[in-house]
Amino acid sequence: MTAHNVRQIVIDIIADIAPDEDVTTINDAQSLREQLDLDSMDFLDIVMELRKRHKVEVPQEDYPKLATLASCVSYLSPKFA
Amino acid sequence: MNYDAIVIGAGMSGLAAGIRLAMFDKKVVIIEKHSIPGGLNSYYQRRNFDKGGIRQFDVGLHALTNFIKKGEKGKPFNKLLKQLRLSYDDFKLCPQTHSEIHFPNVTLKFSNDFELLLSEVLEKFPSEKDAFISLVETVKNFNELDLTQGYSSSRSVLKQTLKDELLIEMILCPLLIYGSAWEEDMDFAQFVIMFKSIYFEGFSRPEGGVRTILSLMIKKLEEVGAELRFKTAVSEILTNDAGTAIGVIAGGETLMSPVILSSIGYPETVRLTKALETKISPAVGKMTFLESLFVYDKKIPLTQNESTIIFYNNAPTYEYKPAKNFYDSRSAVVCFPDHYEPKVTEGEGMARITFMANYDQWKDLSRDAYEAKKDEVSKAAQNLLKKLAPAFDGKLLFQDIFSPTTIQHYTWHLNGTVYGSTDKTRDGRTPVKNLFIIGTDQGFLGIVGAMLSGISMANLHGLMGADS
Repeated sequence: MTAHNVRQIVIDIIADIAPDEDVTTINDAQSLREQLDLDSMDFLDIVMELRKRHKVEVPQEDYPKLATLASCVSYLSPKFA
Repeated sequence: MNYDAIVIGAGMSGLAAGIRLAMFDKKVVIIEKHSIPGGLNSYYQRRNFDKGGIRQFDVGLHALTNFIKKGEKGKPFNKLLKQLRLSYDDFKLCPQTHSEIHFPNVTLKFSNDFELLLSEVLEKFPSEKDAFISLVETVKNFNELDLTQGYSSSRSVLKQTLKDELLIEMILCPLLIYGSAWEEDMDFAQFVIMFKSIYFEGFSRPEGGVRTILSLMIKKLEEVGAELRFKTAVSEILTNDAGTAIGVIAGGETLMSPVILSSIGYPETVRLTKALETKISPAVGKMTFLESLFVYDKKIPLTQNESTIIFYNNAPTYEYKPAKNFYDSRSAVVCFPDHYEPKVTEGEGMARITFMANYDQWKDLSRDAYEAKKDEVSKAAQNLLKKLAPAFDGKLLFQDIFSPTTIQHYTWHLNGTVYGSTDKTRDGRTPVKNLFIIGTDQGFLGIVGAMLSGISMANLHGLMGADS
């Protein structure tokens, strides 16, 4: 799976969790929390949706690796390989 | 039958917990003793004799706290929407006009814009200006969601800041009567939750009342595939030799599960769990109420304003405790469900008047004495309404009163308590492993609070770290 696909998977999940957010203008290098109205409960949901939809596991100690869209892609890509 | 999680009680917290767990493919059953959902925030109907139709009433909900406008972000109501995948528009929120805290010589108005309360306090208590602003900052900066907070008295925190006893009483009054299990005081973390949800954010009512919220939740539960059993009582919570919860007996059937979330109250849960009875005895809360519902043939105008809710007190000091003599008509919450925006000026008018009550006295009344006492309450409530709306000449079409024993009968809360035990378990844990408390006795308050309690406890104990 390409980095582009992984990026889209994360964006799709965010769009479902926070339907009021504009996901088309996300800056990949900037913290998701700073740009969007996301809190720790929402990050739990990103992890839960990754497991439910794609059988990808993110252990709790790795949650900080989901901070930006770019870090999500680099952390998750090997898991989708 | 085996489940991944069992939720006891289909009130706001139980429904929210069930949705969260089933959303992530947990096999969940919610077990409810009553024939309808809602718990303390439910509904009923009565035949309308003069018109042949049916009148519907809410129980509990005067107002939904934590109001946000569409597009506002980062508030508890947003968390709830996102976590349950519900949309803002579905709730059809009708905001309050404004409400008031009505004491003998002073009235403070507040609305969904905090500036109104601030300006009222500065105008009526000018010497408290700096102190009040400092209190507001303390509230803003307090982390009420920290589950490790212990109890601290709100009164003592308030007295460190404010000098004027009357202002302290007036600020406390709506927060106590809309959520305190403690007499005369409340936990400061709960004070902060209530202050934010009522004074910072404010009141609204979903169009259609509590049914609108419940039908959204039931529909979502069906979508995510949770099982909901009505008219089924849990008679025992089962534990194994190691003292870990393993299941329940519900309607005579044994249901097994590694996670049990109970929304029925802490003391009520202990009573069902033999392994807990020897270990703890959480106090049964004493705060219970009487509510009178009046339907008139026209809308009720007030003399000076159109307050949605009036927190009324006519006693020298506000007393928040069980009434000495059945009910205390010196103070009340008066709710006008018609005074939400957009206001409807035609048609029947309704008032709901709540007095503090005393369960022990009501429970011992004979049937005749009970009815006579209810008549007395009705007169007291109508007198209060007359005082607030002296020019109103509407004809009374229907009235109903529910008492502490009514609450006990339909919610199974010991002593008809409304805000639960004074012993809360903030992280939901009990001395029995795998048995957790959600809802009022976990300590988040009101409808929004109860839903967030169900959500956060389901996340913490049912989803995080749980096996896939």
